[in-house]
Amino acid sequence: MKKKFILDLKVTEISKPHPRYVLIKLTDPDAQLPEMLPGQFAQLRIDGSKTTFLRRPISIHYVDYTSNEIWFLVQIVGDGTRALAELKVGDVLNVVLPLGNGFTLPKSKEEKVLLVGGGVGCAPLLYMGKVMAENGCRPTFLIGARTKSDLLQLDLFEQYGDVFVTTEDGSFGEKGFVTQHSLLQKEEKFQRISTCGPKPMMMAVARYAKSEAIACEVSLENKMACGVGACLCCVEDTQEGHKCVCTDGPVFPIEALKW
Amino acid sequence: MANLTTKIGSLTMVNPVMTASGTFGYGVEFQDFVDLSKVGGIIVKGTTLNPRQGNPYPRMAETAQGMLNCVGLQNKGVAHFCEHIYPTIKDLPTQVLVNVSGSSPDDYAECAARINELDNIPAIELNISCPNVKQGGMAFGVTPEGAATVVKAVREAYKKTLIVKLSPNVTSITDIALAVQDAGADAVSLINTLMGMAIDAEKRKKLLSIGTGGLSGPAVKPVALRMVYQVAHAVQIPVIGLGGISNATDAVEFLLAGASAIEIGTANFLDPAISQKVAEGIDEYLVRHGYDDVKDIIGALED
Repeated sequence: MKKKFILDLKVTEISKPHPRYVLIKLTDPDAQLPEMLPGQFAQLRIDGSKTTFLRRPISIHYVDYTSNEIWFLVQIVGDGTRALAELKVGDVLNVVLPLGNGFTLPKSKEEKVLLVGGGVGCAPLLYMGKVMAENGCRPTFLIGARTKSDLLQLDLFEQYGDVFVTTEDGSFGEKGFVTQHSLLQKEEKFQRISTCGPKPMMMAVARYAKSEAIACEVSLENKMACGVGACLCCVEDTQEGHKCVCTDGPVFPIEALKW
Repeated sequence: MANLTTKIGSLTMVNPVMTASGTFGYGVEFQDFVDLSKVGGIIVKGTTLNPRQGNPYPRMAETAQGMLNCVGLQNKGVAHFCEHIYPTIKDLPTQVLVNVSGSSPDDYAECAARINELDNIPAIELNISCPNVKQGGMAFGVTPEGAATVVKAVREAYKKTLIVKLSPNVTSITDIALAVQDAGADAVSLINTLMGMAIDAEKRKKLLSIGTGGLSGPAVKPVALRMVYQVAHAVQIPVIGLGGISNATDAVEFLLAGASAIEIGTANFLDPAISQKVAEGIDEYLVRHGYDDVKDIIGALED
């Protein structure tokens, strides 16, 4: 397990690439950012929000150790995330990180890995792509969205691997859901799939992986309080009983789940 | 630096700051954030005779200034604790206490007897106040007779310091505290969570799997403070105060109300380093006000 830290990070850039998303870039002005694995998450403290109380668990979107920068892509869903969206350049954000287990990294450069993302679930896949590329691997990304305007950062994903897209209305890429993409109908199959996104999407991906006997893992986002395995609030009912998503996950192999 | 040494029964701690059961894991989860030698004691997760799966998800609902939980005492049972967890925590540089729960007086007593055998566990906290389990738990803690029955049974089986954790979901917490004292408790801790509920208006659904849960966090602090004050003035045994303590000032308020020690619970979720900070803050308060010893401010409210 990686050592965990409580850090006061400074906002270097904040933007809204989409009306429902905010991209926050931060740096540690005092020290090198600690080692983090793709698929791990951070607990972001929400200051000055009247209706919320707890931290918000947000996946690590991207880490650049050269510029000492960490990115969070946050979907604005309630008062807590709305408060995060109102941060300004220079503001301090208190974070606890890195938390959770992270995605499985390929054992060899030749391993054919598919990363399937939907909505804000694409966020951790960017850092996964970067780390894989640094290890000499080239992942394939499959990204699902409702419509073209919901697709973000495709150019960033293209730096690290081939990018395929489905939209429900057919306005970009292939029309339909990720599991209907022609990429998955090909003779040559992937050896591993890691996915993060809406639960119905991940369940469909898990069904596909099971039917093709492909190793598959999913990243869950159960409602969380402590983030460090103490409160037992965020449990998922697994084959081995209740497991904490924050410490046993957030990434679970599909055979561990009751899906 | 003032003297912060705190004694509860035969339990001696470097300071009066403890971490509440179910909010600090087994301590090891927080070692990256806290120097455990700077915390008086940690009370590990509620342990029962037999393993418990706890309640289904969702188990938590956020509120303004607090949270509701209905975890329901998920744990792997006392045998698992003794064999697998105790060896990993017995040498932590702080006092490690176990929170004990059950569904019958015999259950409680047998679980306590097993923990009595563990050399490095100097005390237990008896949970007769969990609002999230159908059998036992709070059922014993809401009447003086029920509370006394469990405490008597455990007192016979357990020879070290016995702390009994009280429920605020009662008409008169002092009556329960007095009954628990008479039954042989060495100390009481209060308050456990206040029973509450959360509803999603848009979906017209309950937000917690069993409908209700226990409220904790700053929202409950005034209620806790009042109950600690009342109980401290009614019993002769030490009182451990908890309920929404988020900083050293909150902790000092509980000491002034009559608590001999305090527990930090939900605040550990917001700042995993808070327990150590509160201990340091109490010292700072004592020095600033010219006190040499934390004992000097226990119950030291002025008219």
